[in-house]
Amino acid sequence: MDMFTSGARPARASFWSSPAITAALPWLVLAAIAVALPLYGSGYWGVIATRACVYWVLVAGLNLLVGFAGQLAIGWVALLTLGAYITAVLSAANVLPEVHPYLALAIAAIAGALFGVIVGLPALRLRTFYFAITTLGFATIVRQIALAWASVTGGGVGVPGPVFPPPFDSQWGFYYLCLGFAAICTWMTVNIANSRFGRALTAIRDAEVAAEASGIAKPRLLILVFLFSGATAAIAGGLFASLQSYITPDAFTTELSVLFFIGVLIGGRGSIIGPLLGTILLTVLPEFAAPLVAWSTFLYAVLLLVIVLVIPGGIAELLDFKNRKPLETHRALVPRPELLKRLLAQDDDPGTLTLEQVELHFGGVRAIDGLDLTILPGQVHGLIGPNGSGKTTTLNVISGYYNPQRGRAVLKDAVLTQLSHHRRAQLRIARTFQTPRIVGEASVIENVMIGGTIDGTGSFFESLFALPRHWQDEKKLHETAMLALSAVGLESLAGVRADRLQHSELRFVEIARALMLRPAFVLLDEPAAGLSVEEIRRLGALVVEMAKNGTGVLLVEHHADLIFDICDHVTVLNLGKKLAAGTPAEIRSHREVVSAYLGG
Amino acid sequence: MLLSIVLSGVAIGCVYALIGIAYNVMFSASRVFSFTAGTLGMAGGILGALFILKLGLPVWAGFLLALAGGAILGVVTEILAVRPVLKSLDQHLYVLSTLALALIVQQFAAIEWGTDAQPFPRLLNIERNSFDQQFWLPMVACAVTIVGLEVLYRRTLLGHAFRAIAEDNYAARALGLPERNLRMASYAIAGVIGALSGFAGGQMLLAFFDNATLLTFYGFVPVALGGMGNNRGAVVAGLVLGLFQQAANFLVGGVFSSVAVFAAFILVLLARPEGLAGVALGRRV
Repeated sequence: MDMFTSGARPARASFWSSPAITAALPWLVLAAIAVALPLYGSGYWGVIATRACVYWVLVAGLNLLVGFAGQLAIGWVALLTLGAYITAVLSAANVLPEVHPYLALAIAAIAGALFGVIVGLPALRLRTFYFAITTLGFATIVRQIALAWASVTGGGVGVPGPVFPPPFDSQWGFYYLCLGFAAICTWMTVNIANSRFGRALTAIRDAEVAAEASGIAKPRLLILVFLFSGATAAIAGGLFASLQSYITPDAFTTELSVLFFIGVLIGGRGSIIGPLLGTILLTVLPEFAAPLVAWSTFLYAVLLLVIVLVIPGGIAELLDFKNRKPLETHRALVPRPELLKRLLAQDDDPGTLTLEQVELHFGGVRAIDGLDLTILPGQVHGLIGPNGSGKTTTLNVISGYYNPQRGRAVLKDAVLTQLSHHRRAQLRIARTFQTPRIVGEASVIENVMIGGTIDGTGSFFESLFALPRHWQDEKKLHETAMLALSAVGLESLAGVRADRLQHSELRFVEIARALMLRPAFVLLDEPAAGLSVEEIRRLGALVVEMAKNGTGVLLVEHHADLIFDICDHVTVLNLGKKLAAGTPAEIRSHREVVSAYLGG
Repeated sequence: MLLSIVLSGVAIGCVYALIGIAYNVMFSASRVFSFTAGTLGMAGGILGALFILKLGLPVWAGFLLALAGGAILGVVTEILAVRPVLKSLDQHLYVLSTLALALIVQQFAAIEWGTDAQPFPRLLNIERNSFDQQFWLPMVACAVTIVGLEVLYRRTLLGHAFRAIAEDNYAARALGLPERNLRMASYAIAGVIGALSGFAGGQMLLAFFDNATLLTFYGFVPVALGGMGNNRGAVVAGLVLGLFQQAANFLVGGVFSSVAVFAAFILVLLARPEGLAGVALGRRV
């Protein structure tokens, strides 16, 4: 008997503490409360719960836009307004022949998707604050049109909302309809969040240049998200119109828009459950104290200020117990270069990467002044020189962050300087950055998986509905990322939030991310900066092994010892010009280099 | 007719330009755009009406108190919503913190002052004619502000310090300039300018809580089109905006004029994100 119980206890404990269960638990609790609500809740609470569901249908989509992609769309109520009026006007039949409510809702979703792109388009060109202001402008304009276009919208008098046919015409019936929509939206956004698209969105938010270097095409991806968020917001609008039973422009205030936006931020960026709880909180909060209703927006705003200043991570950070556990303090980075063989296997001839007479100036400053450079596959090419000699600028020309005024960069038959950043990643050119560009709130392995974004085969919509190719992509990306992490010696930290790592570890995370591209050429920008002597030695072995597997390495570095130890060829830059080039031995004895740069 | 379009266009344009300048003054001091710019305008209108009409103070006292209110709001913005997030500019937290503060102030006004637009006092008892207070006051306010800022920035030591901070924050601090105090002073000045715009435009816009949203948007248009930090650009773009809006108002009517202004704004920005007079930004990597 004793043996039996003592055997069973650990088993149960491990069941409850297994990661899958801890992750699913809050969802199960929420679902149980929501489904069983009619059993214990009054009709009054039914209305509030329905409203929370409707709001969440909108916020779920907005969350991808604000929480994941970091686009500050504060006027998303414009889409709720649009969806509400389209559904209401079509099903009220005061202008056009009557349309079935579901069809009206579908039409609203399509219109919302298109209008979402229109509202979102400025985000592709404008900076944060500008975009926030333009969405606010859209919200105001849509409301004014609703007020003025009285022949269709009823103006200030309004239109009746649609009534959905049985069984969804009763109060609880309608509640279940909204709950169903909310559940589907949750499921779809969770799918996206856990796909290469969701990770790419967070990369666009926190590490845009790294996203571009990994081949993520920001415009394409954002437009997909605008389509999705626009459609869900419009559907929420249709449900909202039905819930209100009568809509006037007064229902679509800036305050409502702010509620949605704040819901996402209180919840925390890059989380689904956080914003869901945030939305419920904001919907329910004013109901606990009737006198507070007038002050509700005031309180939301106070809450937002407190969240931004005190817990920028929001509810999601409070719930993130996993990352509270202290990390081991003396962690040694032990890369396993022998694993690179499995990552880097080159199937075809990578060609040669050449710069021809590249010239780049900023105003009167010549950053690069007629540079020729040839980087061979399977070799480590060192690029050294004093600060401001044009080393990083050279990498940026190859990656496509700068366009040279003259000259070009060529790989095989492709003229790189005519291609966009993300096309260059498809040619298998990877890079790391002087200061690591990392998504701090994502886990280490998610950061590494970002590097393999372009190797997915499933589309955005396949991920939205979790179709088979989505799972195949995820499995493959996860396996490759674990391999890359093992190669750089970080596999034990795979699940840890990246911003908890040390600086030196982040450098290796960047290398692992670059490896995900199976790079033909990799550009390393001062990878040894901030590393200990031992770590530099291990880094050197890793880089040499990369070259042995056929990758061409362009290494910008200040540690002369590392350069001379591992490079096959060294180019010395000074004031944007080539000062010298040759084998490490030749450079070490080159008189001008020694006097200008190396010293002694 | 034409005269009244031009007069009202220039007058409202001056109000927008002043809000734009308030945006710019805050931006120069901190590299941050603040959503509270329009709130300052709202506060100027409401405080003016409160002190002069409700409390019956003399015009000059009400005027000064309204400006003082703006200055306090500016300093509070700096302390509460800007200073704490300056460390992490790249995360754009300032958008959220200033939005939150703007909403707090606006909602407070909506509850304590009421959600109806209330009248704004006439300041001088001159006979009503086409050159009414609602036209001349914004123009005078705008002119005085421009001249005042020019004198401040070009002729005084304090102004040179402001420009040094705007030009190169690190170098200015290395020279020993009290960056934080200068920033607070800039926000106070921005507060005064914002409140002045709302006070000057009070007869046109009335004392109304929702002016905050309106001015936040229309006041940003001159900044975006004139180039950020560029006060002259803001004045020109503000006047153009005012005239365009009033002309569209007259020609096609209320809603469509808003749509026209907004569409023009978006199209210009998409074509030239750095503004008509601005320069593109430099390096990212």
